[in-house]
Amino acid sequence: MPPNELMTASIPTSRRTQHEETNMNQHSMTIHGKDRYKSGVMEYKKMGYWEPDYAPKDTDIIALFRVTPQDGVDPVEASAAVAGESSTATWTVVWTDRLTAAEKYRAKCFRVDPVPNSPGQYFAYIAYDLDLFESGSIANLSASIIGNVFGFKPLKALRLEDMRLPVAYVKTFQGPATGIVVERERMDKFGRPLLGATVKPKLGLSGRNYGRVVYEALKGGLDFTKDDENINSQPFMHWRERFLYCMEAVNKAQAASGEIKGTYLNVTAGTMEDMYERAEFAKELGSVIIMIDLVIGYTAIQSMAKWARRNDMILHLHRAGHSTYTRQRSHGVSFRVIAKWMRLAGVDHIHAGTVVGKLEGDPATTRGYYDICREDYNPARLEHGVFFDQHWASLNKLMPVASGGIHAGQMHQLLDHLGEDVILQFGGGTIGHPMGIQAGATANRVALEAMILARNEGRDYLHEGPEILAKAAETCTPLKAALEVWKDVTFNYESTDMPDYVPTPSVAM
Amino acid sequence: MRITQGCFSFLPDLTDEQISRQVQYCLEQGWAVNIEFTDDPHPRNNFWEMWGLPMFDLRDAAGVMMELNECRKVYGNSYIRLSAFDSSHGWESVRLSFIVNRPKEEPGFRLDRHEVAGRNIRYTTSSYAADRPEGRRYG
Repeated sequence: MPPNELMTASIPTSRRTQHEETNMNQHSMTIHGKDRYKSGVMEYKKMGYWEPDYAPKDTDIIALFRVTPQDGVDPVEASAAVAGESSTATWTVVWTDRLTAAEKYRAKCFRVDPVPNSPGQYFAYIAYDLDLFESGSIANLSASIIGNVFGFKPLKALRLEDMRLPVAYVKTFQGPATGIVVERERMDKFGRPLLGATVKPKLGLSGRNYGRVVYEALKGGLDFTKDDENINSQPFMHWRERFLYCMEAVNKAQAASGEIKGTYLNVTAGTMEDMYERAEFAKELGSVIIMIDLVIGYTAIQSMAKWARRNDMILHLHRAGHSTYTRQRSHGVSFRVIAKWMRLAGVDHIHAGTVVGKLEGDPATTRGYYDICREDYNPARLEHGVFFDQHWASLNKLMPVASGGIHAGQMHQLLDHLGEDVILQFGGGTIGHPMGIQAGATANRVALEAMILARNEGRDYLHEGPEILAKAAETCTPLKAALEVWKDVTFNYESTDMPDYVPTPSVAM
Repeated sequence: MRITQGCFSFLPDLTDEQISRQVQYCLEQGWAVNIEFTDDPHPRNNFWEMWGLPMFDLRDAAGVMMELNECRKVYGNSYIRLSAFDSSHGWESVRLSFIVNRPKEEPGFRLDRHEVAGRNIRYTTSSYAADRPEGRRYG
């Protein structure tokens, strides 16, 4: 990375089209001196929350919002209001501002652009001074940036699209407890995606029956099995029963294969004390991994990440609940922001989409999420929805998990879209196999190894994929059966969230 | 049983030509390939014996294949694996590892269960082969 990349937020200029060259970004309207603090109501853009000449500092946090003002509301005023309400402002002038270094603490909206092809929507770039935030606290960061503004009446809708987190702030976080490199070393698995499956049915299995599924799947060739997000401790299966039977299954499968295996024991519970108790029990039983749900909240996630680091435990995060605020394009928080926060917060695994499976995920947008999880440096890539250069300062890499409606017949596409450092989770695609769970697991593992072998040999595996799989199936009946059963299963629906910018082919010089 | 450690254990044993292509891939990524062997394939036995050093600065897979064949002459009835090391920042670890030689018979592992307080069980995995002294485990 060139040294000056850290110094300024990279705000791409190429995307300005003639249509967008409005006079929107022209001049500051900030009122200074005594008049600024006259009692009463003043427009946000006049209070110092709109500073088009402001050059963001390398230590500023920058947020990009998609602002949809109510009809008749000036987009610059609406954007200034977002800056104001997410930092120092309230609805009226207060004299107590004058007791503080108010200019420093005011978030500054420094750019407003119309969103391409989306009338009535605007991208607002807002810079926040580092001193506005507590070190190492996602709770504080999120309370500041999304705490208050999303219900603001002059806005129809508001979405936090992306954030630039300065290295100075990144370094105050622990980051992933284990990280991709150490996870691979501990699991002794290199050079291929890891394989997992979520135990199905989600609900109703007794501990003993549940352990059966885990054993069959692991023995058949998977690396991991997983509790579902809502498997906690219900009448049909107390958590201790699950943990005990699962560890029997893990150890038995390990001895049968000579490989390290794991099962994500979900420790999500009603209180931190309960979660710690469950995590301690998982550790006592020798589990290599535990799991939590996003719904436990940012602080609980950070606490569990610290626990995981102290106890040599891999920490899996299920993004339960995220679609309630990430899916719609005009309102909420983009998942790329959640992914950034979770990398800071310190989880080791995060569900980040499959592209080809049953859940929402446009390929380009998903690529952006995966890059955020796995790279040490993310250059701005508008075509992937990544608006800022982001340096991760060697924070551990976060393993993305692809789960939901995927099967062995898609192996070439999965490898192409998602790469090698990912966990592919075939729940139904393992447990629903006509010859049984072990066969389902074996089918997935054989398909994966055959595809990696072919890729490394330099074959055009994406196009030759079906052929490579058919060939591998000649010596693997379970794979043959899997390809037959699921051959026509695809989930082609229109995405609800995709990048606003598409690359335009340019003439080669 | 068949130990399924490594990247390609679920496929039929790789031919030398297939092994060579994987090695070439590693070299093209700039990784150094190491030959390692053991007669104690316990899943937590990270440190298999090294057959020389990782082969840095190598360009042609033939060099690795030659060493592999030398290793096989001595340890042909042991496990042999190839591991590729990536020295680039942010990785600095193994990037690919796969078994290229196995003993004629793989006796597998015993799982011992030690029943302790409550319903807890302490598990110990041990290789049947490791019951015998090092060097005499596979006949």
